Amino acid sequence: MAAVRTSSEVAFNRAAIVAVLVVTVIFLAPIYWIASTAFKPRNLATTIPPTVVFQPEISPFVKLFTKRSQLRSPPTPEEYAAAPWWERVVFDGGEKIVRDGKGAVQWSGYPNRFMNSLIVAITSTVLAVGMGTFTAYGFSRFKVKGEADLLFFILSTRMLPPVVVAIPMFLMYRAVGLNDSHLGLIILYTAFNLSFSVWLMKGFIDEIPKEYEEAALVDGYTRMEAFFKIVLPEAATGIAATAVFCFITAWNEYAFALIMTNRRAQTAPPFIPSQVGSGLPDWTVIAAGTFLFLLPVAIFTFLLRNHLLRGMSFGAIRK
Amino acid sequence: MATTMITTLDRSSRAAARGLSDISIRNLFIIPTILFLIVFNIFPLIYSLGYSFTDFRASTNAPANFVGLQNYRDLLNDPYVWSNFAITAKYVIISVAGQLFVGFGVAMLLNRDIPMKGLLTTLLLLPMMLSMAVVGLFWKLLYDPSFGIINYALGLGTFEWLADPKMALYAVALTDIWMWSPFVMLLSLAGLSAVPKHLYEAAAIDRAGPFYTFFRITLPLVAPILMIAVIFRTMEAFKTFDLAYILTSQPTAELISIRLYKMAFQEWQTGRSCAMAYIVLIMVLAITNIYVKYLNKVKER
Repeated sequence: MAAVRTSSEVAFNRAAIVAVLVVTVIFLAPIYWIASTAFKPRNLATTIPPTVVFQPEISPFVKLFTKRSQLRSPPTPEEYAAAPWWERVVFDGGEKIVRDGKGAVQWSGYPNRFMNSLIVAITSTVLAVGMGTFTAYGFSRFKVKGEADLLFFILSTRMLPPVVVAIPMFLMYRAVGLNDSHLGLIILYTAFNLSFSVWLMKGFIDEIPKEYEEAALVDGYTRMEAFFKIVLPEAATGIAATAVFCFITAWNEYAFALIMTNRRAQTAPPFIPSQVGSGLPDWTVIAAGTFLFLLPVAIFTFLLRNHLLRGMSFGAIRK
Repeated sequence: MATTMITTLDRSSRAAARGLSDISIRNLFIIPTILFLIVFNIFPLIYSLGYSFTDFRASTNAPANFVGLQNYRDLLNDPYVWSNFAITAKYVIISVAGQLFVGFGVAMLLNRDIPMKGLLTTLLLLPMMLSMAVVGLFWKLLYDPSFGIINYALGLGTFEWLADPKMALYAVALTDIWMWSPFVMLLSLAGLSAVPKHLYEAAAIDRAGPFYTFFRITLPLVAPILMIAVIFRTMEAFKTFDLAYILTSQPTAELISIRLYKMAFQEWQTGRSCAMAYIVLIMVLAITNIYVKYLNKVKER
């Protein structure tokens, strides 16, 4: 700030750096704990004092993906030798993987729920960002009667508590047979994200000079060509940031998924907690499920960190 | 007719005339979104308004009977419902105040020459990127009285976080603060970086103390964006369902959304829950309006 730094200022700056590091460690500790528990053997997950150093294991993930039963007697040496490595991992933990009459491995519900999450989140993100970009362009470049009111209406659809909308949606979906279907969730999440997408994209498109398209129009492009060939490439980073936000919202949504789905189309957020059940839960398996579920979002966040920061503050300043 | 027009117009309009007109493009771009939002947001609300005047139960096939304002009258006279609102208000105040304090504090710390600032900011954003449902689930393990690391790290022995009726709501709020302080931090950082540097230089020349600089320069200029953060977080905290629902079943932590969920999908009092949803809706709109008015006041200053 000031040109000359006094020694007290330097000391203060150092203290701030230390404080920031401490805060970061505290904030990341729970996430580290999830990640590390996902690689622990079961008996080390709930020890006091907590186990920090341990031999990482893959068994929680094998258990996460398969159906298992408790071993009544240890496996015979032949059985053990014939089993693939990941089945031995389960044998070592005192369990065996359930197979059906034909000898096929019985998978747990997790892979299916994870796929449902991917299908629903990706499709609704594409729809919300696509429609949102068109609409934002419409608002940004053309005169619209009652523009402020319309934009406020669009934003207001996001203010409603999900449970409030969920009750009538549940009844309507049941009437038309959309409950427990991918399409039903996709429509809901698209509606939910659309408002956000329009607002964020309008911020980005407003930043692109109008002269670019005007020049293209003079060169003989149609309005549509100008939009697709000039505006869309310019808005690419904004589209990426908006897409990540929409994906995260749809990926993490819980209330609608809990109410609208049960078997076929259920996503992971309501599924993972339902695995705790009563009695002693196996926290390593739950941690593995949680960790895998966090992974796509963490990767997205990291890859697009710069656009995210921009998108976030833009949206906020404009709202 | 088109040919005569084209000869009189310049090249750009000719190109536009070849494709769709601007007005039809505008309508094509905007109307589907508006219609979509009306069909999936406004229409369901109108639909449920009808049910809110009936004793309909979605679990039976019995036809709905019109009961007039009975549902609303019952709910507004129910002390149980009022306590849900009181719990929600307490929760909103604690968690938003906590997030404002932590988020703005961290932003103040980060708003100086700090090595690896970008990386630290990104790492700090991670909690808000996660699903509240799985976060809630996992904090259950962290809070566990006998083997949770929170009790271990703080040396609290077998302190009950979630099973103690007095503590449960605070424990939920604490998790919420952990998750959403980064959001306030991010907005505060955006606001802080927008404060013109020359104001600080002028203050330094005038030998203004750090308190004076903070209260007379930093805070007033960041206030509008802090206000936006508060509005967003209040709305979201008011809507909280997943976090509290998964963390604890203590009635002292039963937020209004949870009550609404139980009424609608466990007790199957569909008509009554529709009425309840309307009461919540009116409250949300009222709070939003108060905030927006206040925001405009802050901006005017």
